[in-house]
Amino acid sequence: MTTVTDTTAPNQVKLNRQALSTFGWGILSFAGGIGLWWLATIGGFSELPSPWAVLTRTVELAVDGQLWTDIFASLQRVLIGFAIGSVLAVPIGFLMGWYRTARVIIDPWIQFFRVIPPLAIIPLAIVTLGIDEKPKIFVIFLAAFLSAVVSTYQGVVSVDRTYINAARVLGASDGTIFRRVIIPASTPFILVGFRIGLGSAWATVVAAELIAAQSGLGFRMQQAQLYYDLPTIFVSLVMIGVLGLLMDKIVVIAEERLTHWQERV
Amino acid sequence: MSDPKISFKNVRKVFNTGATTFTAIENLSLDIADGEIVTVVGPSGCGKSTAMNMVAGLIPHSGGEVLVGGKPVTGPGPDRGVIFQQYALFPWMTVRENVEFGLKIKGQGASERRETAMHYLGLVGLADFAEAYPKTLSGGMKQRCAIARAYAVNPSVLLMDEPFGALDALTRVRLQDQLLETWSKDKRTVMFITHDVDEAVYIAHRVIVLAANPGRLQEIIDVNLPFPRTEDIRLSPEFTEIRNRVWRAVYHRDAQAA
Ligand SMILES: Nc1ncnc2c1ncn2[C@@H]1O[C@H](COP(=O)(O)OP(=O)(O)O)[C@@H](O)[C@H]1O
Ligand SMILES: [Mg+2]
Repeated sequence: MTTVTDTTAPNQVKLNRQALSTFGWGILSFAGGIGLWWLATIGGFSELPSPWAVLTRTVELAVDGQLWTDIFASLQRVLIGFAIGSVLAVPIGFLMGWYRTARVIIDPWIQFFRVIPPLAIIPLAIVTLGIDEKPKIFVIFLAAFLSAVVSTYQGVVSVDRTYINAARVLGASDGTIFRRVIIPASTPFILVGFRIGLGSAWATVVAAELIAAQSGLGFRMQQAQLYYDLPTIFVSLVMIGVLGLLMDKIVVIAEERLTHWQERV
Repeated sequence: MSDPKISFKNVRKVFNTGATTFTAIENLSLDIADGEIVTVVGPSGCGKSTAMNMVAGLIPHSGGEVLVGGKPVTGPGPDRGVIFQQYALFPWMTVRENVEFGLKIKGQGASERRETAMHYLGLVGLADFAEAYPKTLSGGMKQRCAIARAYAVNPSVLLMDEPFGALDALTRVRLQDQLLETWSKDKRTVMFITHDVDEAVYIAHRVIVLAANPGRLQEIIDVNLPFPRTEDIRLSPEFTEIRNRVWRAVYHRDAQAA
C-alpha cells in the first residue's frame, strides 16, 4: 500500500494575539473618548453632564433598583419577541426554501412588510392590541421574524448543489438530505439572521418604549427628558449600548461554536 | 465476453434552457466491461460530465438507453460511487462522519460503521485525521477522504469526474498509483474523466475520446500496457506512443479548426 503524505496541510493560524491587541485598542479608544468628554465638561465647553455625574447617577439608580427594573423590562420584551420571531421564522424559512409554491405565496408578503419600518406599525399595534406589553412585543416579534425568515430561506436556496448530489449518490432520501445537509448547510445563514434580528429587535424596543410604556430604558429616557435630567438620559443610552453589544457578542459566540467547521477567510 | 457493466446505447442529451435547446450529447454508444478502467477525455464542454452524471442518475437522458449492470438507470444509488472534482465533503462533519454518511443510510449500526469507516480511512492514509474537520485538510487529503467515502458503501462502479484536476502534479501521481493499487485488490468498474492526457493513458485499459458540438464519440484507444503500471511504464516509448495518439485525437480537430 502506498501511503500518501501531503506536506500541504494548511496550518491553523492562531489569531489570539491579534484579537487581544484589537481588544486593547478598543479599550484605549473608549478611554480616550471618555477623557475628551471629561475635558470638555470641566472646561465648560458643553452643557453635557460629566462622566463622573453619569457614573454617580448610574450608582444611584442601581442602588435604588430602578435601573434593574428598567433593564429587566426592556430585555424581557426583546427576548420574548425575538424568541417567538425566530422560532416561527426558521420553519417558515425552510418551507420557503424547500418548496417553490410556499416561496411564491409567502415571499411577496415578506417583501412588503420588510420595507415598512417596525416603528410604523406601532400606532396600528397600539390601537388593535392595547397599550400594555402586547403591541411592543408584537413589533419586536415582527422585526426579528422578518430578518430571520429571509436569511433562513436564502440559506436553504443557496445550499451548494454539489452537497445535495453527493448525498443523493450515497443513497440519501429527501428527508435525510433535509436533516443532514440542508439544515447544517444553512445554519450560518440562520445565525446571521438571528444577529440582524436581535439588533433590530433591540433598536425597536427602545423606540417603542419612547412612545408608550410605563417602564424600560426607553421610557426612562423619555421621562428624564421631561425633567431635563441629562445624567439619566446618559445612563439609559450607555446601558442600551452596553446591553446591545453584549447580546450581539452572545450571538457571535454561539455562531462561532455552531459553525466552527466553516472555512473562514 | 461477459455483459458490459455500463452501457450507453444511442444516448442523446438535450438541455432545455428557457426558449432554446442545446444538444450536449448525440448518439453516444459505448460499453464498459465489468472491472474495466476507462478514462474519458475531450475538449471542455464536449459532454464528459453530462455522460457521467447520466450514469450516476443525477440527470435524466433524453433518448436512447443508459444501462448499469443491464438495468436502465432511474436515479442515483449506492451501487455507483461518485467522486466530484470539488471533493464535496460535508464541511460540518468530521472526516469519519463523512465516510460514515453512506453507511448510516445503509442502516449499519454505530460500531460497525465506525469500523468500516476506519478501515477505508486507513486505506487512503487518513486514519490519523478521522476526527478532523475538512477545513483543516489539504486538497489531496480532502480528495482521499472523498474516495474513502465513496469506497465505504462498496459500489461496484466508481464514477470520477476530474477527481485530481485541482491537485498539484506530485499529489496527482501519488493518487493515481493509489487508485490503481486499490483497484488491483478489488476490481471495480471505473469511469474516470480527466483533461490530463498522461493521466488518461496511465490508469486506463481504454481511453475514450469525445468530440464537441455536439458531444459525440471520436475515438476509442486501447492502452495495451501491462498492470501494475509503474514509473518505468510511464517513461516507456510505448506509453509515449499511445499518449501521442490520444493527444492527436483530442487536439487534432481543434488544430484544424483554428
Ligand atoms: N444544466 C445544464 N443546462 C444547460 N446546458 C448544460 C447544462 N449542463 C451542461 N450543459 C452544457 O452541456 C455541454 C456539456 O457540458 P459538460 O458535460 O459539463 O462538459 P465537460 O464536462 O465535457 O466539460 C456544455 O456545453 C454545457 O454548457
Ligand atoms: Mg466536466
